[in-house]
Amino acid sequence: MIVIKGVAASPGIAIGKAYTVEPEEIVVSRVEIPPESVRQEVKRFKGAIDATFRDLDQTEAKVLKMLGKEHAKLIDTHRLILSDPLITKDVSRRIAEERVNAEFALSEALERINRAFEKIQDEFFRERRHDLFDVGKRLLSHLMKQEKKTLSGIRAPAILVARNLLPSDTLNLRESDVLGFVTDLGGKTSHTAILAQSMKIPAVVGLSDASHRIKTGDELILDGDQGLIIIHPSPEAVTKYQKARIDALKEEEALDALRGAPALTADGHKVKMMVNLDGIDELKTVAALKPDGIGLFRTEYLFLNRTSAPAEDEQTKAYLAAARAFDGLPLVIRTADIGGDRTAHLGLETSKNEQNPFLGLRGIRLFLRHSELLKTQFRAILRAAGSGKVKIMLPMVTTLREIQSARRVFQQAVQELSAEGTPVNKKVELGIMVEIPAAALTLDALLEEADFVSVGTNDLIQYLLAVDRVNEDVAHLYDPFHPAVLRVLREIVETAHKRGKTVTVCGEMASDPKAAGLLVGLGVDALSVSSRMFLRIKQIIRRMSLERTREAVQQAAAQADSDAVRRVLAALDS
Amino acid sequence: MKKKTLAITPKLGLHARPASLFVQTSSRFQADVKVSKLMDGEEVVVNGKSVMGLMMLAAAFGEKVQITVDGPDEEAALAKIEELFRKKFDED
Repeated sequence: MIVIKGVAASPGIAIGKAYTVEPEEIVVSRVEIPPESVRQEVKRFKGAIDATFRDLDQTEAKVLKMLGKEHAKLIDTHRLILSDPLITKDVSRRIAEERVNAEFALSEALERINRAFEKIQDEFFRERRHDLFDVGKRLLSHLMKQEKKTLSGIRAPAILVARNLLPSDTLNLRESDVLGFVTDLGGKTSHTAILAQSMKIPAVVGLSDASHRIKTGDELILDGDQGLIIIHPSPEAVTKYQKARIDALKEEEALDALRGAPALTADGHKVKMMVNLDGIDELKTVAALKPDGIGLFRTEYLFLNRTSAPAEDEQTKAYLAAARAFDGLPLVIRTADIGGDRTAHLGLETSKNEQNPFLGLRGIRLFLRHSELLKTQFRAILRAAGSGKVKIMLPMVTTLREIQSARRVFQQAVQELSAEGTPVNKKVELGIMVEIPAAALTLDALLEEADFVSVGTNDLIQYLLAVDRVNEDVAHLYDPFHPAVLRVLREIVETAHKRGKTVTVCGEMASDPKAAGLLVGLGVDALSVSSRMFLRIKQIIRRMSLERTREAVQQAAAQADSDAVRRVLAALDS
Repeated sequence: MKKKTLAITPKLGLHARPASLFVQTSSRFQADVKVSKLMDGEEVVVNGKSVMGLMMLAAAFGEKVQITVDGPDEEAALAKIEELFRKKFDED
């Protein structure tokens, strides 16, 4: 049994016999051509380009049918490579100047481009050379009148082993009996890996010399989740992986069946389950989960990587798209939580002594300093709110005055829009994120002005425990199960409920399978979960008993440290 | 001959799609278009009408590249290229 670790390119487990493809050795020899044949040779090369364009048309039709429009863009890239002067002009020039055959001129040109790409540090750009090889190989095979071997010839189910797979090879796998593939070369961001993911074919790449070690017919286990392969696995390993494979398939089916099922605990209590939205390109995926609403629409994406703040119309368009997709369901839009180090790009003056951006000018602090940004965002949200259940949430609130100031800006936005004749939904609620310990401890006062509360656990824990999660020396101290976290959360829920206000948790804790139940036990009204974890968390809720968790959570909050908290909570599952 | 230094505006850098938009734009003009970037202290110059060439620059978001246009319609060509950068290569 040999285990080789590579790069996890596409998730899933495959167990079966290997089918090793020998690298296609295309031997190109240099042939001198007489001056009078140069034109003929260039013409032959152009003919091969035309034939390759026809190939691409056929492949495009196939991709469109199988994977849809998004992936067909890959073919556009290949077309551009094929008409690139680095190939068309350079090869014709080499034929004419060096008086060599088209095949040799082409392979020299490709080699030159390859050498330039090999030097690139950035993996994303470096991997793009495989698209060049793909096009180059097609061209060469047309010149040499060779049929390009397709992998769809594999008949018995097998795990494909190869030195390298080109994107076009990968596309052909769908029509074959390939259980998965492993390659010596390649990275996680190559087109081959991306295609494998969308075709749901498990794959491990970057295995250095695996294709030399594995012979056709060898028993193989491919673990696309861990990014490893096992050659000649022991019977125990095979049994273990067979079980894991079946479990994973069953789990996926079980989760899928939960779409639209009510989020009821085992003892019959309804838990409101919402989703976090990071941009409108996720609308379709998120809507398919049938959530009870959007608990957090992060609008930062509209503001990042640009040189000026997004215009009102652009923002309205995005909010309107979200409001329409979740018509009638609550949609909580958070004003942009942008930190001090990112403001330079928006054309704002920046502080020179921002040594501690997490404690600096971010969230509502920044937007009150530049209130025109806040007003524009309020106006855009109000215009999209229509008659729907749109709510607005302010990030990084510390004081009552901040909410009052934001309300004044909000009123200005309402008045302006009314004066302009735009009907305004006056029922739009204004809530706050509780993520700073001071806000949690003075929540009774803040609730005079805030309509609802959502807890951002990531920042709350970071500030409460004074731990920078990005600093690897202290990251292990970041602990959602610290009793202090539980006590503060309990305090937030009790204070809000006393005043008849609801509490949502939209931080990572709500998406953590180990912590979500605890939040429900603390009395949180709604969880807003990442779309990836939504069904998983729903499953956990449906299996938990609220009554028993409630008791355990009270006991947990009284413990001295997080180990004790974990022990109390673990006892719940046994 | 006209020269201009511009910062890369698309989020993922000058990858395949923005590079092809660049090529589509520059190819509409007669002028010769060259794009260059400093890589490890060495200036790398590529043809602004070549997608592979542009991708070879591996130009990331915010990095500066120098555009050199030379030809009868150089002014119009540079204006269109600048517009492309300003509009962030239609990325939204």
